[in-house]
Amino acid sequence: MDTAAAAASVLEPATHREAIRVEDLHKSFGNLEVLKGVNLTAHQGDVVAIIGGSGSGKSTMLRCINFLETPSSGKIVIGGEDVAMRKDGSPSNQKQIERIRTKLAMVFQQFNLWTHRTLLENVIEVPVHVLKVPKAEAIERARELLERVGLGGKEDTFPAYLSGGQQQRAAIARALAVDPSAMLFDEPTSALDPELVGEVLTVIRDLAAEGRTMLLVTHEMKFAREVANNVVYLYQGRIEEQGPPAEVFGNPQSERLKQFLSSVA
Amino acid sequence: MTGLFELLGLGASAELLSLSGWGGNLLRGLANSLQIAFGAYGLGLVIGLFGAYGKLYGGKVTRDLLAIYTTVIRAVPELVLILILYYVGSDIINKISEGLGGGRVEINGVAAGIWVLGVVQGAYATEVLRGAIKAVPVGQIEAAKSYGMPAFMIMRRVTIPAMMSFAVPGLANLWLIATKDTALLAVVGFNELTLETRQAASSTRAYFTFFLAAGFLYLMVTLCSGAVFARVEKWARRGQPSLKGGTS
Repeated sequence: MDTAAAAASVLEPATHREAIRVEDLHKSFGNLEVLKGVNLTAHQGDVVAIIGGSGSGKSTMLRCINFLETPSSGKIVIGGEDVAMRKDGSPSNQKQIERIRTKLAMVFQQFNLWTHRTLLENVIEVPVHVLKVPKAEAIERARELLERVGLGGKEDTFPAYLSGGQQQRAAIARALAVDPSAMLFDEPTSALDPELVGEVLTVIRDLAAEGRTMLLVTHEMKFAREVANNVVYLYQGRIEEQGPPAEVFGNPQSERLKQFLSSVA
Repeated sequence: MTGLFELLGLGASAELLSLSGWGGNLLRGLANSLQIAFGAYGLGLVIGLFGAYGKLYGGKVTRDLLAIYTTVIRAVPELVLILILYYVGSDIINKISEGLGGGRVEINGVAAGIWVLGVVQGAYATEVLRGAIKAVPVGQIEAAKSYGMPAFMIMRRVTIPAMMSFAVPGLANLWLIATKDTALLAVVGFNELTLETRQAASSTRAYFTFFLAAGFLYLMVTLCSGAVFARVEKWARRGQPSLKGGTS
C-alpha cells in the first residue's frame, strides 16, 4: 500500500473506503464497441447490482475489472491501487494483476469449478497454492466454508456429481476461501433450474448482510432490489441510470429503464 | 511337460529358446527395445508439451517452425526418417568432433535410437496434446486466472490435469507405436528385439520358432501396456461420471 492510500485509510471509516473504481471504461470486440465509457465506484460494504438487457455490456464490465477481458481504454482502481495498463489496455505488470485478482473473488455463471478436483480440493486450491496458507489451516477453513454454504459432508465429492445449485454454492465457498476484499458475481443464477435459484440467492443474501463488498450482475430484479444498496442500469454500453434500489426500481426516470423493468417484471 | 513338447515336436524349439541360448538374446533385445521406447516416449512427451504450448500460445515464428516440424515429421515414413536422422545426426556429430580436432566418435546406439524416435514421437505428441489442451473448457482456465494463478501454475495445476483425460487414449497409442517403431532401428544395426530375432532365426534356420516368440513378446508388451494405460485413464478421468452410466 502506498502512503497516500495508507493515509486515506486512516482518515476514512472502513465502510467509506473505496473498494473498486472504474473510470471511463471502454471495451471493443473488433468493430463492436460493447462498453462506451462506464464510470462506477463501489465502497467497502457496498452491494452494487448491475442490471441491463442482454448485450448491454454488464458481464463484460465485470470481466474487465479483474482483466479477464482486456479493456480498450480507461482506468481501474482496486482498493486505492491503480492497475498499471499498457496503451492497448492489457495489464503491464503481471505480478500486480495476479496480486489484485486474489482479492477479487469471481463467481461465474457456469460455476467453473475444477472438475478433476473434489469440492474440498477446489476450495483449498487457491489458498494453498497461490496464497501459501498452510494446508492444514486451509482444509479446516474450507470445511467451515462448505458447511456454511450447506455442503457439509460433500467435501470429497467431485463437482460433476452435484446439482447446479450445489456447484454454485461450492464456487461461492471457493471465492470466500481467499478472503476477498470484493466479490464479483457474474449472473450466478442464470444457469440454474428455477427451483435451485433460491438456495444460491440465500447464500448471497447472507454475504450481503455481513457487509461484504459485492458487484452483482443479475437478472433477478426482486433480489437486486432486496440486497443492493446501489443499482446500475446499463444500456448499450453506457450507464443509463443508477441509484438506490427504491429509486431505480420504484421511480425509474429514463424511458428505456421503464421499458426494461416492465419487460422483466 | 517335456513329453508334451516332444509330442508336438516342440522339444527342439524349447531348446532353441532356452535362456542361456538364443532365448536370452531375444530377451536382451526386448530389454534394449523397451529402453529405447521408454526414452523416446519420454523425450516425445517433453517435445510434445512444449510443441503444443508453442503452437497454441507462441508467436508467429514459433508457430511456423512448429508447423514445419510436425508436418515434415508426419509426412515422411518413419523408416526414412530414421535413416536420415541417424546418418545425418552421426555425420554432424563427427564433423563437429573433427572440427574441434577430435577423432571420429562412436555413436551410442541407445542414445541415437532415443533421439531419432523421440523426435518422431514429439511431432505426434505435439498434436495429441494440442488437441487435448484445446478441449479443456475455457472456464476452467478463466477460473484459475481470476484467482490470481500465474501462467505456469495454471499449466501445472489446471490445464495439464484437466487435459489428461482427453490426452490419454492418444498417448497410449503413441506408446504402442513407440514400442513397435524400435523394430525399425534394426536397419541401422541396433540390437533390439527384431534384429536379435532375425539373427537367431537365420543362424538356426528356425524362422517360425523365433518370429513367433518375438511376436509373443511384442504381444506381452502390448497387453501389459494396455493394463497400465487403463489405470492411467481411470485416474485421469476422476471426477467425470462414466459415459455408460445409468442402467443400460
